[in-house]
Amino acid sequence: MYAYDEIDRTLINERVSEFRDQVKRRLAGELTEDEFKMLRLMNGVYLQLHAYMFRVAIPYGTLSSPQLRKMAHVARRYDRGYGHFTTRQNIQFNWIKLADLPDALEDLASVGIHAMQTSGNCTRNVTTDQWAGVAPGEVEDPRIWAELLRQYSTMHPEFSFLPRKFKIAITASAHDRAAIKVHDIGLRIHKNEAGETGFEVLVGGGLGRTPFIGKVIKPFVHGRDILSYVEAILRVYNQYGRRDNIYKARIKILVHELGIEKFAAEVEDEWLATRDSALTLDNEVVEDIRSRFTYPHYQKLSDTPDELTAASADPHFARWLKNSVAPHQRTGYAIVTLSLKPVGGPPGDATAEQMDAVADLADKYSFGEIRVGHEQNLALPNVARRDLPALWRQLDKLGLATPNVNLVTDIIACPGLDYCSLANTRSIPIAQELTRRFANNDLAELIGRLHINISGCINACGHHHVGHIGILGVEKNGEEFFQITIGGRADEHAVVGTLIGPAVPFAEVADVIEDIVEAYLALRARPDELFVQTVERLGVEPFKERVYATR
Amino acid sequence: MPLVKQGKMVADGYIHVADDAEIPVDGAALISAARFLADPEVLLKRSSPTGVIWPNNRDPEELVPYLDKLAVVALVFPSFRDGRAYSQARLLRERYKYKGELRATGQVLRDQFVIMLRAGFDSFEVKKDADAEAFAATVKRYTVFYQPTGDGRITALHQRMQLRHAENAR
Repeated sequence: MYAYDEIDRTLINERVSEFRDQVKRRLAGELTEDEFKMLRLMNGVYLQLHAYMFRVAIPYGTLSSPQLRKMAHVARRYDRGYGHFTTRQNIQFNWIKLADLPDALEDLASVGIHAMQTSGNCTRNVTTDQWAGVAPGEVEDPRIWAELLRQYSTMHPEFSFLPRKFKIAITASAHDRAAIKVHDIGLRIHKNEAGETGFEVLVGGGLGRTPFIGKVIKPFVHGRDILSYVEAILRVYNQYGRRDNIYKARIKILVHELGIEKFAAEVEDEWLATRDSALTLDNEVVEDIRSRFTYPHYQKLSDTPDELTAASADPHFARWLKNSVAPHQRTGYAIVTLSLKPVGGPPGDATAEQMDAVADLADKYSFGEIRVGHEQNLALPNVARRDLPALWRQLDKLGLATPNVNLVTDIIACPGLDYCSLANTRSIPIAQELTRRFANNDLAELIGRLHINISGCINACGHHHVGHIGILGVEKNGEEFFQITIGGRADEHAVVGTLIGPAVPFAEVADVIEDIVEAYLALRARPDELFVQTVERLGVEPFKERVYATR
Repeated sequence: MPLVKQGKMVADGYIHVADDAEIPVDGAALISAARFLADPEVLLKRSSPTGVIWPNNRDPEELVPYLDKLAVVALVFPSFRDGRAYSQARLLRERYKYKGELRATGQVLRDQFVIMLRAGFDSFEVKKDADAEAFAATVKRYTVFYQPTGDGRITALHQRMQLRHAENAR
């Protein structure tokens, strides 16, 4: 955990007091809605279909138990008793009142939580691997760098009014859980020959109506130079990014229009002029940040304790263990994913009661720490393997032990037309119907790893382009239709999926997905050939034939 | 439109000269970039202070040969959402070492004062009277700054190192 010091706390409190004043001026009519809009967005406040929506940052996906309890408190006190975890390590509250927002922010500030820059045309919450610091084989803990970038990008005096939003993600593992290739800047931590930490820097990735996979702009930027290099990218973007058309304003379009070589040359020129500046990170400064991340005092424990062996006789427990529990850096410990995708539920939602209970379980079993991943699930990162049976029983009672992590019902979905004013179609009911169709755990296990992503409009908040199966809602003559893509992926082999044919109406989506899955089961070369591998091997045609032959 | 300079509301001594208007022989004047660049040497020999209004899509490096003679560089925020002039301001101050008045013009609102100061602006053509009056109070709102810029405010990272060194010295 990173502990905020007096300096960080002061800034958050100053921000709350500024926003309180801005809300007061808006309510008094001194600020027009147009003027207020950018200010509220930069404090995480959207105007949705039915109410204001409040998006709170969970920096690099790490929460302490008091912080999660405060989220529960906000859900209960100012909202309707639940929150929604997003694909960018944020939580959203959907029913908040404008006049209550300053108080909600003040309550969150008391535990070092804020909503700064969770929206607006500025650098958004810097995200990383939800298993950071505990994943086996990780180069080093990426959260140190995420925190340095968080501080650097918070209230940046030059980059608070960029052409468009700007998202940075970091990974330090060979398997990319942070989807860095679909971010404006993706950073992959690795070491040079001298054993020094640096970054492979990718730029220009993103989804939305024009999806791009990020391109490598520089294979190695030394850790001490990362802030000046990011500043050089942002400065080129701030000056030359398009401002004439909101849909062409992301950096991916600038990179695409200039070409990566020319863009890289512009950045290099700018960087060489600024690299030897106060932005250089001395080792001492990095170590100071590192020293404020505390790590649990792990015990020497067995990976195969008796409690675990005994409990594994229960097939329900065994299934969950196989599905939701991952290896840890330390012997005797495990990383436990808590599925927020119950059958029939909206993906990523948690009630205040669940949040409080998870905070208690974190205190009891995970050194008080909780993680939030971009797949809209939670994780307890530090569970002793001997405690797994006891933890499972309690999670099961809370509805948080659905053994579907990374399976067909572990669906990523945007809020869609149930909440969002931009949406063309609903997303949540599609996800709910699919979880019912594939509710049989044996079937889901047979199918294996399969990511379904649903977006209710072309803005792609559900990341449909990079779902193994992507579902995109479009409106046709006032009716909801859905385009289906297959073969996309968001990891280190990121690729945009391919459209399989004409859009289908709302009522047929679940049938079509079932057809695609059946086709896969018939076509796969072996049981362990994943859906996405079968699509890669055969292309979309055999799937298309099956789906459209009878339609 | 009220002008705030060095933290105080003052009368604007400069005339904004329209592109088709005659440049006055006497009196401080702000001249458009195109007109200024057409004949910079002559304009800089005027007996009164001369400034230039620099659009936000033009590279400020073009101004480098004239910076020590320009009394004012006025950068433009056509809308407060358009942040290009922040980069221009930092380049002028930090890279090209411009020491004269750096003025923010256009849609300049209270909620941008702090970052404008940090980017190097020292005068502000403020859109609303109430915002200009609130200048002194608004700029005191923040005491913590995470980024190093040319304004010399100490960053949080370095503040922490100072605290740490002070603790170690004890």
